[in-house]
Amino acid sequence: MVDRTQVVDGWSGYWRIAGMWIRASMTYRVSFWLLTASAFVIGALDFIGIWILFHTIDSMGGFTLREVGFLYGATGLGLAFADMFVGRIERLGQMIRMGDLDTMMVRPVPLLAQVCSNEFALRRLSRILLCVLVLAWASAYVEWSPLRVLVAVGMVVGGAAIYCSIFIVLACIQFWTADGVEFANAFTYGGNTITQYPLAIFPGEVLKALTFVVPLAFVNWYPALFILGRDDPFSMPEWFSFLTLLIGALMLWITTLVWRFGVRHYRSTGS
Amino acid sequence: MLYVAIATRAFRRYSTYTLATLAGIFTNCIFGIISCFVFMEVWQQRPDAGGYDLTDALTYVWVGQAMLMTVAMFGGGSPDDLAARIRSGDVVIDFYRPVGLLGWYLAADLGRATYHLLTRGLGPALVGALLFDLRSPPGPWGWVAFLVAVVLAVLVSFALRMLVAITSFWLFDESGPRTVLVVMNSFFTGLTVPLVLFPGALRELAMALPWAAMLQVPADIWLGQRTGAEVWSGLGFGAAWALGLMIACLTMLRLAERRVVVQGG
Repeated sequence: MVDRTQVVDGWSGYWRIAGMWIRASMTYRVSFWLLTASAFVIGALDFIGIWILFHTIDSMGGFTLREVGFLYGATGLGLAFADMFVGRIERLGQMIRMGDLDTMMVRPVPLLAQVCSNEFALRRLSRILLCVLVLAWASAYVEWSPLRVLVAVGMVVGGAAIYCSIFIVLACIQFWTADGVEFANAFTYGGNTITQYPLAIFPGEVLKALTFVVPLAFVNWYPALFILGRDDPFSMPEWFSFLTLLIGALMLWITTLVWRFGVRHYRSTGS
Repeated sequence: MLYVAIATRAFRRYSTYTLATLAGIFTNCIFGIISCFVFMEVWQQRPDAGGYDLTDALTYVWVGQAMLMTVAMFGGGSPDDLAARIRSGDVVIDFYRPVGLLGWYLAADLGRATYHLLTRGLGPALVGALLFDLRSPPGPWGWVAFLVAVVLAVLVSFALRMLVAITSFWLFDESGPRTVLVVMNSFFTGLTVPLVLFPGALRELAMALPWAAMLQVPADIWLGQRTGAEVWSGLGFGAAWALGLMIACLTMLRLAERRVVVQGG
């Protein structure tokens, strides 16, 4: 299905281009650190917002602030990874308009790797750091067991894979129309916002949609129920908690199909 | 008349991208719906949190979604054009023009704001009203006061974005200050958490900062939380910040103008 040499080429090509962008961003050191610090603060204020809500109430859908912190950190980490590694793909439409995509097609590095590593921003590490901190703070109160650690690892890796897939699949819309960028935001950042909260506060339909249509509930909700040792308020099957990694892999496979379909249907602007 | 012409052109420029507008409205609605469920959980446990009832809280969400693009909380609008022109040097042409630079860019931003209010503002508000039980402003004067508050909100937001753009004269790259502004915008306007829920001193601080004029004050006028003299003090608050920040813009522009060197050739 996926050619092995292509994966290797893509990986090494990705990092060569990303490295170039990292060196470039380091030229403007003040700007780099200012942007990195402010991205950290944006994220922190986001969580402080939730903290303020908990100033008014003691629990949300039966979840304490620490448990919400666990959900927040887990989904935020998945999004932050995806945003750093493939997030730039949301500018696909612009690359098409400016003719950059045509240039990329004749270069000896797989197209997807080039599109994703374009304008690689190391400063996004700050968002990852913030989510790691929140997750670590929340994790300190979890009763860890070997199986729970395993589920947690699967949650982070699989969650990142699911977010990466959503970024790429929705960006493919831009092969047909470049105006749909904001539409994708509703799923990526919107998906992140909704999974920051315990899904128990939303109607059951929302949970079903996030399980069977856009599988964002697997990014943190199902594994967190197991790790935190909580009963599922919606009584979904318990083994859903172990599926994150599998669903991440499945989504990546679907993503390669969609991407290829998109590239095959791509017509240059010709200018 | 000239300013009207600039504003109309800006309005038309944004209205070219119909699909982008629709996608944006969709995204606003998704975020609005998420917030509504979160607020329902909060206000079910504390039915009088922040002096709001549940209907107030849900209405606040949709006023917030409607104001988000109108006051360009995530940046953008004509100050971005100015920043780009400062980097490229085209700004000297702006200085040549027989029109004030600030007025020119303000007219363009008002055109953009009008377009966003009618589409990204009205669209989500209507969807919100269909899905949830919302409150409307108290009588015709409530509507008038709200609209005045919206204009003041745009003026304050424009002046803040303009100040950031003008820093390009010194920094060449304004992305640092711009990100700082977006941070302040998303937190101190009360977009995610209404300022009325902020605890103690933080609330006092937030209520005194210019960002309060961008959402909290217009929303309180809409909700009828401010009545009589409080409406006037709210509008006065916005007007004072708008005026003060505009004067700051003018002062910085004057300083910058002296720095600009036109290379002959």
